[in-house]
Amino acid sequence: MSSTSEKFLVGIFDDEDILLHGVEGVRGKGVKIHEVYSPFPVHGLDEALGYKRTRLPIAAFLFGLTGTILAVTMQFWMLGFDWPMIIGGKNFVSLPPFIPVIFELTVLLSALGMVATFLIVSDMKPYKTPRSYDIRSTDDKHVMAIDLAANKLSKDEIGQILKANGASEVNEKNF
Amino acid sequence: MQATSSVRETLITGGKTVRDVSEDISRHVENKPNRLWWIAFGFSLILFGFGFYCLAALLWDGIGLWGLNKTVGWAWDITNFVWWVGIGHAGTLISAILLLFRQKWRMSINRAAEAMTIFAVICAATFPLAHMGRLWLGFYWALPLPNTWGSLWVNFNSPLLWDVFAISTYFTVSLVFWYIGLIPDFAVIRDRATRMGHKTRAAIYNALSFGWDGAAKTWMRYESVALILAGLSTPLVLSVHTIVSFDFATSIVPGWHTTIFPPYFVAGAIFSGFAMVLTLLIVTRKVFKLEDYITIYHIELMNIIIIITGSIVGIAYITEFFVAWYGMVPAEFYAFYNRATGPYWWAYWSMMTCNVISPQLFWFKKIRTNIAATFVLSIIVNIGMWFERFVIIVTSIHRDYLPSSWSMFYPTIYDMGEYIFTFGLFFTAFFLFAKFFPVINMAEVKSIIKSSSEQKH
Repeated sequence: MSSTSEKFLVGIFDDEDILLHGVEGVRGKGVKIHEVYSPFPVHGLDEALGYKRTRLPIAAFLFGLTGTILAVTMQFWMLGFDWPMIIGGKNFVSLPPFIPVIFELTVLLSALGMVATFLIVSDMKPYKTPRSYDIRSTDDKHVMAIDLAANKLSKDEIGQILKANGASEVNEKNF
Repeated sequence: MQATSSVRETLITGGKTVRDVSEDISRHVENKPNRLWWIAFGFSLILFGFGFYCLAALLWDGIGLWGLNKTVGWAWDITNFVWWVGIGHAGTLISAILLLFRQKWRMSINRAAEAMTIFAVICAATFPLAHMGRLWLGFYWALPLPNTWGSLWVNFNSPLLWDVFAISTYFTVSLVFWYIGLIPDFAVIRDRATRMGHKTRAAIYNALSFGWDGAAKTWMRYESVALILAGLSTPLVLSVHTIVSFDFATSIVPGWHTTIFPPYFVAGAIFSGFAMVLTLLIVTRKVFKLEDYITIYHIELMNIIIIITGSIVGIAYITEFFVAWYGMVPAEFYAFYNRATGPYWWAYWSMMTCNVISPQLFWFKKIRTNIAATFVLSIIVNIGMWFERFVIIVTSIHRDYLPSSWSMFYPTIYDMGEYIFTFGLFFTAFFLFAKFFPVINMAEVKSIIKSSSEQKH
């Protein structure tokens, strides 16, 4: 990503249905799409672009499991071994009263861990300035970016393919 | 794509386009606030200031300033705590449970409702924190931290400790859920600021948006995160008021010692939460001219939830009475008899009128689609829900087993002052949110513009 000049061809789509057909059409012509930027989630776009399903649910499960284990060991160790206390004549250690804390820590660690993983894998942080292929991509346009260096076809050919597949504008963008 | 029944009413009226959504919602963040906002904000600050004085006095002199006595050791503090936590249930319910049920009408209201949840939980937390007296030691009393008492750990058998974990988890997860939803909308405001040439604003909102770019891959992960957070929050939101009800239900005090409490508290929480969402949104849609986004249809659907939960609460009240009679425990029966006919009869019957009778008016379509009626009833419901907690807490303990220790509770200015403090805090925070944050989830609303608006193709 650090090369001095990266040339992109940017297709602008006005509508999510046109975009979905456009993605299929453009990929059908053998053009490699760098990425599509949308103002809102478009259902089916990830499949159209051929993305593999995210593994974030696995991360969420593993963090949740960590929370469960942490809560169980913490409570059993503290009240069972480190400082056993007689409270209302009850057992030092019994599972039922420990369940609320086990549940809460499972949820807490699962949620925080998954969100942290999401931010890290998506490279999102407060001091990041994202690349903007077209500033309208957060407003009302869907923006398809095509890396010219990654494609064998010429700029004009790709431009024509974009136009033929529903792009309302085709612009060049260099970084 | 999406198949939407033509029988369903449109959620977004006024023939809005995707671009209109950015414009209508971002405008309030970009423009200077109007006079009405300043008046409302100033008034909240006055409440906050007065309440802060009472709270500071309380911390300085101790909780003897409250009207508590030997018999009534819990009164307004826990009443207000449960009341605020209950209000804080609507936001996450709307964004989590309605997301799992694919209810698209949540999209116009979830942002403001979640903000309300977060502020309500902060308000709730001030009461147990203040009741600790020496707030600065609270960490050691409430959390399992190593300490100089050798480590004498917290008591994991206590429902009060479960509450610490439940409320703090609920607060954290709700905050994260809300913030994740805000990220794409902060990016909208950033890019609009860039186009308008506001460099500082663009930089601030870029930092807030974590450098969001809206890439398809990020959206895919984002949707997955939102779905899992909803799945985690659904049992969480039900657990919170369940655990709050354990504060009472696990005791052996007649009037508290009932197994019906968890579902009854959860229904009551949703009931009061939706009422507060209505109170706030009816004002917000008026001040910010959002009538096309928060329509009468949205208000009607929320009123239907109020009928359902209000009726559950009503049945719970009657069941409690039945079980008190049927259980044949004299102390239990007396606690309920005393509730309805004793010195606090007025509180009991205020609760019954506000919570059981008044929401039944929403069976009439004319009333549930009338904004003024909904506004008034939403406030009545929350007055009723405050009385519910007061009735459960104070009437159950003010006449204990020994008639010589029977007593009444009289609030002092400090009891009231702390309640006022939370109102000041809540509304100050809400008005700041409404000014600086987009009050409607733009990205979600944009995604339903095609399927559920009056836009012509």
